[in-house]
Amino acid sequence: MANDAISLSLHAGEILALLGENGAGKTTLMNILFGHYRADEGSVLVDGQELPPGSTQAAIQAGIGMVHQHFTLADNLTVLENITLGTQSLFAWRQNQKKARAKLVAMSEDYGLVVDPDVLVSSLSVGERQRVEILKALYRDARILILDEPTAVLTPQESNNLFATLKAITKKGLAIIFISHKLHEILAISSRIAVLRRGAIVGSLETVVAQREQLAELMVGAAVARPKLTAIEKGKPVLEISGLSTQGTGATALKDVNLTIRAHEIVGIAGVAGNGQSTLADLLSGLTKRFSGSVRLNAVALPAGDPRAVVAAGVGRIPEDRHARGMVGEMEIWENLISEDLRSPEISNSGIIISSSKSKSRAERQIEEFDVRCSGPEAETKLLSGGNMQKLILARALSRDPTLILANQPVRGLDEGAIAYVQNQLLQARQRGAAILLVSEDLDELMSLTDRIAVMFQGQLSDPQPTGDQSIAEIGLMMAGQNSAALNEGRSLDH
Amino acid sequence: MSDLFEILLTAGFWAATIRIVSPLIFGTLGELICERAGVLNLGIEGIMTVGAMSGWMWVYQGGDLWGGVIFAASMGAVFGLLHAIFTVHLGLSQHVTGIGITLFASALSYFVYRMLLPDATTPPKIIPFQPIEIPWLSDMPLIGEAVFSQSAMTYLALLTVPVVWYVLFRTPVGLAVRMSGENPVAVEAQGINVLAVRTAAVMVGSAFMAVGGAFITMSWFDAFYFGMINGRGWICVALVIFASWNPGRALVGALLFAGLEALQVRAQQSVGAFIPYQFFLMLPYVMSIVAMIIMARKTKYPQALLVPFRRGERV
Amino acid sequence: MIIERRESVSVWRAALAPLWAVLASMVLCAALISWAGASVFQAYGLLVKGAFGSSFAINETLTRSIPLILTGLAVSVAFRAKFYNIGAEGQLYAGALAATYFGTGLITLPSGLMIPFLILMGALAGGGLLIVPVLLKTHFKVDEVVTTLLLNFVVLLVVSYLIEGPWKDPMSLGWPQAASIIDEGVLPTLLAKGRLHFGLIVALILAVVIWLMMKYSVFGYEIRAVGLNAKAAEFAGIKVNRTVILTALISGGLAGVAGVSETAGLKGYLTLDLSPGFGYTGIAVAMLAQLNPLAVIPSAIFLSAVYVGSDAMSRAVNIPTYIADVLVGVSVLAVLCSVMFSQYRVRWFK
Repeated sequence: MANDAISLSLHAGEILALLGENGAGKTTLMNILFGHYRADEGSVLVDGQELPPGSTQAAIQAGIGMVHQHFTLADNLTVLENITLGTQSLFAWRQNQKKARAKLVAMSEDYGLVVDPDVLVSSLSVGERQRVEILKALYRDARILILDEPTAVLTPQESNNLFATLKAITKKGLAIIFISHKLHEILAISSRIAVLRRGAIVGSLETVVAQREQLAELMVGAAVARPKLTAIEKGKPVLEISGLSTQGTGATALKDVNLTIRAHEIVGIAGVAGNGQSTLADLLSGLTKRFSGSVRLNAVALPAGDPRAVVAAGVGRIPEDRHARGMVGEMEIWENLISEDLRSPEISNSGIIISSSKSKSRAERQIEEFDVRCSGPEAETKLLSGGNMQKLILARALSRDPTLILANQPVRGLDEGAIAYVQNQLLQARQRGAAILLVSEDLDELMSLTDRIAVMFQGQLSDPQPTGDQSIAEIGLMMAGQNSAALNEGRSLDH
Repeated sequence: MSDLFEILLTAGFWAATIRIVSPLIFGTLGELICERAGVLNLGIEGIMTVGAMSGWMWVYQGGDLWGGVIFAASMGAVFGLLHAIFTVHLGLSQHVTGIGITLFASALSYFVYRMLLPDATTPPKIIPFQPIEIPWLSDMPLIGEAVFSQSAMTYLALLTVPVVWYVLFRTPVGLAVRMSGENPVAVEAQGINVLAVRTAAVMVGSAFMAVGGAFITMSWFDAFYFGMINGRGWICVALVIFASWNPGRALVGALLFAGLEALQVRAQQSVGAFIPYQFFLMLPYVMSIVAMIIMARKTKYPQALLVPFRRGERV
Repeated sequence: MIIERRESVSVWRAALAPLWAVLASMVLCAALISWAGASVFQAYGLLVKGAFGSSFAINETLTRSIPLILTGLAVSVAFRAKFYNIGAEGQLYAGALAATYFGTGLITLPSGLMIPFLILMGALAGGGLLIVPVLLKTHFKVDEVVTTLLLNFVVLLVVSYLIEGPWKDPMSLGWPQAASIIDEGVLPTLLAKGRLHFGLIVALILAVVIWLMMKYSVFGYEIRAVGLNAKAAEFAGIKVNRTVILTALISGGLAGVAGVSETAGLKGYLTLDLSPGFGYTGIAVAMLAQLNPLAVIPSAIFLSAVYVGSDAMSRAVNIPTYIADVLVGVSVLAVLCSVMFSQYRVRWFK
């Protein structure tokens, strides 16, 4: 059950934080409030008036505005068009562009949310898009603003700006529901906290009296121990990248990237999405060979542009989006487990006929070993939960004992148990001698799991520093494109 | 070659071009409206057939001409609704549904025609729309005869282009249609029913297509023949890509094609002895493919074209 | 109204889906039949009798099913890879052109070699016709539906030109038709009476081969993976473009074989009315078979029976023969719907 008998109340001028781990039902709850989903039972009251269920229109009219985790903007339309859609009767003869622009400009100055109303959304940065989303809600005179994981895509500094904006908004009498799974953010911004677990409210308390540990325990129930790194002697270099550049001029093109990862080592790459991490991941996954520079795996050139050869050369790949890239949902589990080595003698006879008996018995072993909860190798893959699907991907990537593991956002969207499982698997692989490249937007994850951290910004990769040498604030500044030297200057000025 | 240039200077050539362009305009704009809302409508070929048959039949059974146009448009809207129920509400493959609609709609048109006229051996005729000479303007040399001595439906077609442009780009409903084709979730988040917008767009677009078909039997010719649409619907689909989903450019593209067709009819007469007529007839189809190749890499498809929207679906 | 996925799809529900579709189509056509003033049961009785009522009728139905099996296979293979080949009609004529070019005297081989040779040439021609659309799709992202459809018209005009011009049979008394296929190239008939020919064996063998390929081979796996999720397939190391191109060639090849079989098996020579839309009906065949190559066989026989039977029916009770085309069109839509409802259910809200 996604939501179970939830009661919540919200007052003007306050920020209510909704805390819960992935899959706890936060988003479902908010989508019910906003009329995207229908609740099976219960009601939503705004100012004492009951909202009709399943009507976004009614929610908006009642003054609810929502900033979704995945932005709901049309890239090829202008900011103004995105904001004014639905604000006029659909059957008006013309759009009142002038008035709308004036209102928007006044509003964005009022709240300090500056964007050009006439540019296409596709030309905006992530932070600017979020501003548009907030303006969209404010433009429609929202009095209750719901923000779903708003900091997931921001740098720490951008997050701080957002917090300042939100505080300013509440001063004008608006109420905010702030959804997050990050404890420190919630403690910093909210006035009241409601904790959601398995679809039910398990705790509700004033922020001033809230304790970090107490919240964590409420959120996950019996505390799950996140795995920790243990010291180990580094081995020989496994991955050596030098002078790597890709064509193109955008933020996603790589520019002179250098990186070495040794055996028994996890190197983390931090950065805001869209700064070239995917380009690097695609390249190491064997999806493209358009680059200059050298990429060597175990002292041999990586067979770029050929995923099968890359896998055969000892790379285990965990893709960023397990639904879109990791698995073919409509295929059976055993079929997905053989997709990377279809033509190997282990799977097919002379690379032509698939031996389903061999494939299925191997799949059974992998399911067992990686503790995938399913009815068997012939189950349809898309029926699996996110965590089980990720275990399947781990099974495919790790059972060949790869020397390099490319883990791209490996725990995104997973619940606490699955996160611990995935992280443990990565640490065990490190213990066995694998070199691991961990790409993540979650700085806490990087801080606890890596030996060294590098930051990617507009296709450039900083020199990896031993984890712990830099503070989260320093890494955050680098994610926004300021190098740590500038940061040090800033510090000395403060003194 | 000089023959060809002479053709280009005759009023008859331009008049024919403007006449031939009308069904292409209706069809292309109809497809454009559907695709702007995010729905590919491959039912176009069948819906044009339905329009051609039903408009003509209305008049043949004693109705008046404009009544026939309206009847054709409503039949088109009915098939549009069918397409929308399948692709918008049930989220089924737009490709396969469209082909299914074309097969069904054409077969049904022929069936109904045969039912109502079981014994007709030569196709019976109606009195079609007559040319209307616009005072003053039709006296201009060349242009007067080419543009201002056309039938009322041709004027309607030409008028439709700026109207569709205005509605799409200057009215709230147009914005909702375009947004539905770019990001349906964004539309839903603003409190507008995407399914309703898409359904309406597909129905209106299909009505346009049917009027395009009706033009052929009620203004261009005066009878209904089997296989009369002859791929015009598919050419319209190619024209939409060629036009980058822009009504103004759709007009330019349609004029190009109509000019080509008018030219080939005349060229057949002058150089037909050397080049078999089949090659002239091939030109529009080949040109459509070429047009798609030219534009393929440059155009920006509506981002949510072919993407069904299911409300409340947990991703 | 909300449409939800069923947690599990029972096998019988999936298997029954096409039958529901057929039933729905027949109910809708029943309305048309009663509009025509005929008794529905009598009309459908005549249809069944016309298709299966005598050994001659069965023979005709099977003969008609040959091109439908082949075009149905062509469509089902292509659709599996989400390559929407709507050009089977044109590819069929391309195959017929190849059969006519090589089979009317250019080359003479003993029958045992000549027939396979013609079939191979037809397949190459049919597949060759898809090279342009498939490369446009893989390299320029041009929608293949429109290009394959447009090519149908182009190919028909080429056929028209050839049989009215350079390939016209001088013995044909002015009719636009090509010369006859030489005796060595003609597919033998299977029974002493009737027109049923060797093409049926070819079609059945190809159906089984395609089925084996899709189910058990690495290549079949790759086709399915590309069709279901091209990005995941690419990530796993499957060469997506190569797979789509090869699939298209196979698809076009199968439709091309249908052209050879009609020319060298049934008619003996190429005309413009060689195919009354077998390429388009192939879409209905494949959809009713839910893209399963073995199920294409009964599906093709069923639709062939609809055509053959409705000929007989319309002669007897004066219903336009287009009723068969209506039934085919409706069945495409109905099967889409019924397959969906085998996987989803609808929840209504008051």
